[in-house]
Amino acid sequence: MTQVQDHSPTPQVLNPPLLGISGLNVYYGESHILRNVDLTVGQGQMVCLIGRNGVGKTTLLKTVMGLLSPREGQIRFRNEIITRKSPHQRARMGIGYVPQGREIIPRVTVRENLLLGLEARPQGRKGNDTIPEEIFDLFPVLKTMLHRMGGDLSGGQQQQLAIARALMGKPQLLVLDEPTEGIQPSIILEIEAAVRGIIEATGISVLLVEQHLHFVRQADRYYAMQKGGIVASGATKDLSQEVIQRFLSV
Amino acid sequence: MVLQLIQGLFNGLSIGSVLLVVALGLAIVFGLMGVINLAHGELMMLGAYTTFVVQNTFRPLGEPVFSFYIFAALPMAFLVAALVGLALERGVIRFLYGRPLETLLATWGVSLILRQFVRSVNGSLALSLGVFCLLFFGAWVILSRLRRDWSELRNRVLWGVGILSGAIAFFTHKVLDSNPTFSTLWFSARNVDVTAPPWLRGGIPLGNFQLPYARIFIIVLTLICVVGIYWFLNRSNWGLRIRAVTQNRNMSACLGIPTDRVDALTFALGSGLAGVAGVAIALLGSVGPNTGQNYIVDAFMVVVVGGVGNLFGTIIAAMAIGIVTYLIGSGTIAALLLPIDALKPVTEFFLFFATTSMAKVMVFALIIAFLQFKPAGIFAPKGRTAEL
Repeated sequence: MTQVQDHSPTPQVLNPPLLGISGLNVYYGESHILRNVDLTVGQGQMVCLIGRNGVGKTTLLKTVMGLLSPREGQIRFRNEIITRKSPHQRARMGIGYVPQGREIIPRVTVRENLLLGLEARPQGRKGNDTIPEEIFDLFPVLKTMLHRMGGDLSGGQQQQLAIARALMGKPQLLVLDEPTEGIQPSIILEIEAAVRGIIEATGISVLLVEQHLHFVRQADRYYAMQKGGIVASGATKDLSQEVIQRFLSV
Repeated sequence: MVLQLIQGLFNGLSIGSVLLVVALGLAIVFGLMGVINLAHGELMMLGAYTTFVVQNTFRPLGEPVFSFYIFAALPMAFLVAALVGLALERGVIRFLYGRPLETLLATWGVSLILRQFVRSVNGSLALSLGVFCLLFFGAWVILSRLRRDWSELRNRVLWGVGILSGAIAFFTHKVLDSNPTFSTLWFSARNVDVTAPPWLRGGIPLGNFQLPYARIFIIVLTLICVVGIYWFLNRSNWGLRIRAVTQNRNMSACLGIPTDRVDALTFALGSGLAGVAGVAIALLGSVGPNTGQNYIVDAFMVVVVGGVGNLFGTIIAAMAIGIVTYLIGSGTIAALLLPIDALKPVTEFFLFFATTSMAKVMVFALIIAFLQFKPAGIFAPKGRTAEL
C-alpha cells in the first residue's frame, strides 16, 4: 500500500479546482506569517486545515476572504484570479465565510442578520426578504429567535446563525473557521450534522479549520500547517496517530 | 401660571427641535460612523446659504410662487450639503477611518476652507474651480478608460494633470478677475438675511404670548426628518446595510456588502441632514460664514448626552437640553419659586442664571455632572452587545 497520499482524482487534471492557492506569502508588518502556501479545494470537496495555535490557519482563511492581502502568490476561484479583489466581490462570487468568533452583527435582529446573508448572491438582495425553510430545517433553534438581537444569542446559537447566514448567499465554497470552538458537545454534534447535511444536499465545497478530531475525520482531505507553511497533506482516512499527535492539540 | 409653564415648555421644545435637527445629521456621521466631522457646522451653513440663494431666485417670480420657496430650498439644501459631504468623504475622510485625531484636524481644516470660500466666492473663483474640476476629473476619467495600465500610472500622471489643470484654472481666475461682472463677491463676509415667507411670519396667539409659525414649522420639519430617518435606517435595505457596516465593517464586507459605497451614502445622508438644518437656522436669524460654529458644539453635546449611536437618545437629549435651557434662561423657574418665601436663596440662585448665556453655563455644568454618572449617555448600549 502507498503511504500518506491523495486517493481522490487529481483535480488539476480532470477539472480545475474550485479554489487554488499557490505560493502564498503573507506578512503582518514585517513578520512573515504564511510561507509559500499551496492548497487546493476541489469541486464538492471538504478540506480541513489542522495545526496548533498560531501557525497561520486563520490568517490563511482571512487571506482567502480578502481581509488580508498577500505580498506574493495567487488565489484562483472558479478559474478567475481573485488575489486583488475586495472581500465583498469575493463574497458575491460565491465564497461564504464563517469567521472565528462568529462575528454576528450585534445590534441587528437574527432575521436581519440572515437577510444580510442574501447580499452575497450575485444579483444582490434586491428587496428579497424571505428566509428559505431549509435554513430552519438545519437550525431549528433560529426559528424561535428571529426577533432577538444577534448579540444577545449564546455562543452556540451565534455559531449556528453564522453558518446559516453564510448559507443564505448560496455560496459554492463555505469557509469555516473553528466552528466548534468554545461550544458545548451536544451543539458541536448538531453543527457537525448540519455541515454534513449541507454538503450532501447542495454539493458545495468546504474549507474548514478545526481542532476537534471527530469533525476533522468528516473531511475528504487534510492539510497540516506548522510555522506558516503546509507540512503534510493527504486523505483524512489516512490520518495516522502520529500526525494527529503532532498537529492536533489533543 | 399654567400658561407661563406651557409657554416655557413650548419654547423649550422649539429650542430642542432646533438642537435636534442640527444634531440629527451628526447622530449619523458621529453617532453611527464614529467620524468626528468638525466641518458639520459648515455643511449647515452651506444649507443656510442655499436657502438664501433659492429665496433670491424665487423673488422675481412674484407672490404666490415666492411664498413656497422654502419647499424648493429644503431639497436643494439637502442636495448641496449631501454633495459637498460626499466629496468630503471621498476626498478626505475615507483615508482616515479609524484615526479620529487626524479626522478631527483634517475636517477642521475643511471647515476653515468652507468658511473662507463663502466669504471670497465670486464668479471668477467659481468658474476657475469648475475649470479645474472639469480638466482634472475629465482627464482622470478619459485616461482610466484609455490606458489599461492605469492603476500603475495613476499616481504619477495625476500629479502632472493636477499641476497642469491647476495652472490653467489659476490663469482663468486671473483673466476673469479683471472683469467686474466676475469679480463682485456673491455673499462677502457680511451676514445675509433670509426672510421667512409671509405665511411663516406671525403666530398663533395664546393668552399674552404667541406660538410663532416659524417655530412650529421647525418642529414639524424636525418631526418629519426624525420619522424619515427612523424609517430609512430600520425598514429599508440600505438602512440595514448601514447598520451592519457601522457595527462590523469587516464582516459586512465578507457578507458581500460594498462597504465603501455604504460609507459614502451614510456620510452623504448625514451631511444632507445638516443642509436641512441649515434651512431651519436660516429662518431663525441672519446667516453668516460663521453660522455653523454657533451650532456645532450644541450638536456634539446633544449626541454625546443622548448616547453615541442611539437615535432615540439623541431626541430625548435634544428636548431635555432645550427645555432646561429655556426654563432656566427665561427665568421661568425663578418666577415659579418666587411666591415661596422659604426658598428665597434658591430663587436668587436661579435668578442669577436667568439670562441666555448664563443658562448655557448652567446647562454645561449640569451636563458635566450628568456625564460623571452616565458617561455613555442616556441610552448606553446594554446586555451582551455592550461588550462589543
